[in-house]
Amino acid sequence: MKRFIALCAVGLLTLSVSDAVADEDAELVMDGQKFVTKLKAPEGSPFDEIISGWRFRNAETQALQTDDFENPAMIFAQYGEDLWEEVDGAAGKSCADCHGDASESMKGLRAVMPKWHEGKKTLMTLEDHINWSREEHMKAKPWKWESQEMLAMTAYISLQSRGMPVAVKTDGPAAEWHAKGKELYYQRVGQLDIACAHCHENNFGNMIRADHLSQGQMNGFPTYRLKWQGMGSIHRRFSGCMKNIRATPYKRGSDEFTALELYLASRGNGLSVEAPSLRN
Amino acid sequence: MEMTRRDLFALAAGLAAVGLINVPADASTDELQAAIEKFAGGTPKTGGVEITAPEIAENGNTVPIEVDAPGAASILVLAAGNPRPGVATFHFSKMSAESRGATRIRLAKTQEVVAVAKMADGSTTMARREIKVTIGGCGG
Amino acid sequence: MSKIKPRVKVPRKAKAGEAVTIKTLISHPMESGQRKDKKTGDLIPRKIINKFVASYNGETVFSADLEPAVAANPYIQFSVKLSEPGTMRFEWTDDDGSTYDVEKKIKVA
Repeated sequence: MKRFIALCAVGLLTLSVSDAVADEDAELVMDGQKFVTKLKAPEGSPFDEIISGWRFRNAETQALQTDDFENPAMIFAQYGEDLWEEVDGAAGKSCADCHGDASESMKGLRAVMPKWHEGKKTLMTLEDHINWSREEHMKAKPWKWESQEMLAMTAYISLQSRGMPVAVKTDGPAAEWHAKGKELYYQRVGQLDIACAHCHENNFGNMIRADHLSQGQMNGFPTYRLKWQGMGSIHRRFSGCMKNIRATPYKRGSDEFTALELYLASRGNGLSVEAPSLRN
Repeated sequence: MEMTRRDLFALAAGLAAVGLINVPADASTDELQAAIEKFAGGTPKTGGVEITAPEIAENGNTVPIEVDAPGAASILVLAAGNPRPGVATFHFSKMSAESRGATRIRLAKTQEVVAVAKMADGSTTMARREIKVTIGGCGG
Repeated sequence: MSKIKPRVKVPRKAKAGEAVTIKTLISHPMESGQRKDKKTGDLIPRKIINKFVASYNGETVFSADLEPAVAANPYIQFSVKLSEPGTMRFEWTDDDGSTYDVEKKIKVA
């Protein structure tokens, strides 16, 4: 009975897409560089095509992302750039002291996140990597997951991979996490008793209440959401989704969210990193 | 009697209607009119100002708008359906290339954005434009 | 509290009398005063950028009075035509009295 009600609820909420809502055929080009926002899905993917969240936004929002000044996310990336040079912690170092020029040392990093960390013998997100460096090498306090500093730094580091294809590894020690993430993706949760798949796999392109449903790809994160009027992390987005279906969300940085992040990122392998992006 | 949720909503609606509980309302037409009159010193004519904005806002929290009134010394922007009508006032100068300004605003719901332009001689003109704002979205 | 950073996009060179678009942004939450603290239920007090002034060689070229209905991280765009080289100064004023400013030199020929 609960499932029937939940299905009705989702059914009532889906409407057809109108042309005025999004320009799904638009191409994302910045400074002459073409971004891959849509491509044929690889073998075994539940999708025919994998599509970036950018394509599901309206023309105005899409345009805002193409200008590095107009895109409000970039002001946070700039703060990240400032923090990169700032000394912090008992060791008296800044990120730059070890990592030098971020455009070289951080190039490609975002594109492979989250990834296995040999030192800590676990799968780690970009936020985990940043805090590990802060604690281990800078002897500085870790940043809170959703702090302005962490968001700024993930935005700045992600920027160094902008335009590169998402290429997360799902083999070796990551395989176990990938499997767990997949399990979570298809697991029904919450009072509405639905899984990520019900909206983002079965209904992408349709409207859910006022939102034009995307495939839930990771390539745009961290992102500036118009709704949040600020930057937000992947785990914040997961948390919000879970709250919307009346489930108790996992914590930021939890194994569950980290596994889910890996699985979702792998579903988008090949899409261009757009971070820091602009979304609704 | 057991109070069901339906009963509670009905009670709340009734109390709100009688004004016994405070339900956030949009700016009253009086408040909007007062804001227009304070700036214009009268009733502005229609025309002479152009409002550029999306027909449907991607999200009401951040809506890009632009106002343009050739020759104006200042432009007042109001939101007719927000809790308070005031949004912004742009002031131009001899060094302005155009009497045009753009910003991003918050709209609580579908409503008209009103722009009142004031010329150097004190005369005013006005334009209104409806922007649809969808309520409710996903992702926290 | 996030670090408040202003940013401006100003061309380094401009032709005298030619229209030049100026874009500005400042990272600021623009706390409207209408939101409630989720834990206490109290209203979070208003704290916004209420004024923006752009001046060139000391003379005001454009200004804006802002209300809480302006979105967070306020973006303001306007255009100017300049007749001589100089410095454009941008100043944002917070409700609490603090000001933030940026200066940019423009070569006008």
